[in-house]
Formats: sequence, structure tokens, C-alpha cells
Amino acid sequence: MNNPIIQWFKYGSPQSFYPLAGKMIPWFWTLAVAFGLAGLWISFFVAPTDFQQGEGYRIIFIHVPAAWMSMFLYIVMAFWAGIGLALNTRLSGMMAQAIAPTGALMAFLSLWTGAIWGKPMWGAWWVWDARLTSALILFFLYIGFIALQAAIDDPRRADKAGAILALVGVVNVPIIYFSVKWWNTLHQGASVSLTRAPSMATTMLWGMLLMALAFWMYSIAVSLMRVRAIILEREAHTEWVKNLPEIQGKSS
Amino acid sequence: MKPRQKRIALIAGGLAAISIASVLVFQALDSNVAFFITPTEFSEGKAPQDKAFRIGGMVREGSIRRDNLTVHFVITDTAKEVPVSYTGILPDLFKEGKGAVAQGRLGANGVFTATEVLAKHDENYMPPHAQHAIDQAQNAAKTLQQ
Repeated sequence: MNNPIIQWFKYGSPQSFYPLAGKMIPWFWTLAVAFGLAGLWISFFVAPTDFQQGEGYRIIFIHVPAAWMSMFLYIVMAFWAGIGLALNTRLSGMMAQAIAPTGALMAFLSLWTGAIWGKPMWGAWWVWDARLTSALILFFLYIGFIALQAAIDDPRRADKAGAILALVGVVNVPIIYFSVKWWNTLHQGASVSLTRAPSMATTMLWGMLLMALAFWMYSIAVSLMRVRAIILEREAHTEWVKNLPEIQGKSS
Repeated sequence: MKPRQKRIALIAGGLAAISIASVLVFQALDSNVAFFITPTEFSEGKAPQDKAFRIGGMVREGSIRRDNLTVHFVITDTAKEVPVSYTGILPDLFKEGKGAVAQGRLGANGVFTATEVLAKHDENYMPPHAQHAIDQAQNAAKTLQQ
């Protein structure tokens, strides 16, 4: 067990991941609150008014991080689902199941804030352009994944069925991301990308990145909390769960 | 092959098949995915006949003319132009020199009669004084060229 790779694999078992996740959760919450407060402060008080959209553009500080997270979390979810399917590891399926509700929340937030933003700026709550439609499909994929897993009683079979859906749906993520490039859309192009300088003022960019970090930390924290609950539920029959101090404390 | 390797190969093959299928689907859909057509595409006859469609581009500088409640303007992509008339409420961001998308039909007189006009803003965000500085720099560059 001195091999560092084997050390990592050790955490692949629910029994050893459960306490590790428990230790990490407060740290991620702390970071989420710290980044969130800094991000909100910049978003509301430091970032300047926009030259054409006025104050209304500030919804970007929620909208873009939520949209980024909805796409990123889907890839992470599909990754864990795929690992579970290929290697038959138990924890992977639980991770995928734990991430799905947060991903769905982010997808919903991006659609909802987008609608609120669209009405005053474009003049429409919703249009069926490629970006909006593919983002809506992402939301449905999350809902479909959650529903499919919930519909199958045996958790291992539920993981497998969900994994196939998650992997098929992953093609949608590049479609969302590049839709504004490939087709004529009402939605504007990307302000921030890896290939060129961002087309927004520096303080605005900082606000958005800090908010994105806060969303990131929040997503990790709640996913870890959820995966702990799933571990307890699925492993309830095992000795190690029965011997956990929090379980023993409850029963006595 | 071990069962594990078989499963990995199956997943990889499946993902590749789905990717190829979606590429083919989107190539077939191509123009149908577009939210609007540009004035150049319009002049090439890509607009559907006897059907409502959307046309998008810039509102040409100095082209907005108001006639009671009806607004007349010209949508351009700098190469071609389409005159548009519209009766109704315009979004705040609808301005000359800015993007707009109009939905409607082409009238017999060659004027596009819109039933809905949406503003299409760009991905640039900056404070007003930065925009002012850019405008001044561009004006200076123009003066130098003359």
C-alpha cells in the first residue's frame, strides 16, 4: 500500500471516501462563501455600468457562471458515469447521481436568468435559437437522468442505465458552447474564451470569475454532501455504516 | 479481451458513433438551425417563399424614420440591404448601427413587413467612458485617412 496510485484508489471505496468527503465539505463551503461575497461586492459596487445595457447587464454575474457550471457539471457527471460503466466501481455511480441535481439547478438558473435578461435587452423572454434550445435540452437531459435513475429500484442497474443516457447526452455540451459560432443566433458570442482576450472591462471580468469560483465551490460542497447521503443510503446494511459514530449516536 | 477492456471499447465506440451521427445530423440541418438569414443570403434567394422568416443584421446609420406608430429602417450586413417597416414596441437596445433581428414577410413592394423586432447586442461590456474613448479614437483615425 506504499504505492501512491494505490493510495488514491483507496478513496474509491465508499467506506474511506465518506469520512474524507466529510472533512472537505466545510472547506468548500468556506471558499464558496468567501468567493461569493467578494464576487457579489465587485458585481454590485465595483464593476462599472455598461455603455449600452446600463445596470441590467449585471445579471451576467449570475447567468454566465450558472451556464458554465451547467455545462461543466454535465461533463463531470458523464465522466463519473462512464468510469462506473467501464470499471464497475461503486463510488463513480454515486458521484454521478450526486452531481445531477446541482447540474439541473445550474441549467435552470441559466435559463431563468437568461429569460429575465432577454426581455429588457432583446425584447423577448424566449426565442428558439440554437443556443437557447440546446441549453434547454441540457436541462431536460439532467431531468431525464434523475428520473431514469429514480425509476429503477436496483441502484447498480440504475447507475448503468443513467450512465448510458449521460454519455449519449454529452454531445450536446460542445453544441451549446459552439452554437453561437456555428449558426446565426440571437444570443451574442462568448465574451470570455481561451483563444482571445476577453471583450469586457477588467473589473467586470473579475466579478464574473469570482462568482464562477463561488459557484464552483458551492457545487463541490453540495455534491459531496449529497454523495455522503447516497453512500449511507446504499451501504446502510454494512457493518462500517452501523459502526459510524453519527449512526450509533442516533440509535442509542 | 478482458470484460473490462471490452466495456471500455464499447463505450468509446458508442461515443464515436454518436459524435459522427450528430455531425451528420447538423450538417443536414445546417441552415434550418439558423435563427435568421442575413441580407446577403436574402439577396441570393435563400429566403423561404410565402412564409414568415427572420432577417438579421445592423440597423443602417441614419435609416430610422418614424411615421406615426410605424417605424421604417434598413437592415444591412454592409454588403446588402433590406428595407423593413414595423408597427409596435421596439426594445430599448434597438438603435442605429446596432444589431437587430426582424420577423415577418416580404411585401409585394420589396419592403419587409415585420411583426416582431428583437435587438441583438454584442459580447462587449465596458463602461461608457471607455466606449467614448474608442469612438474618439476611431474619429481621429478617420480624419487622418481623409
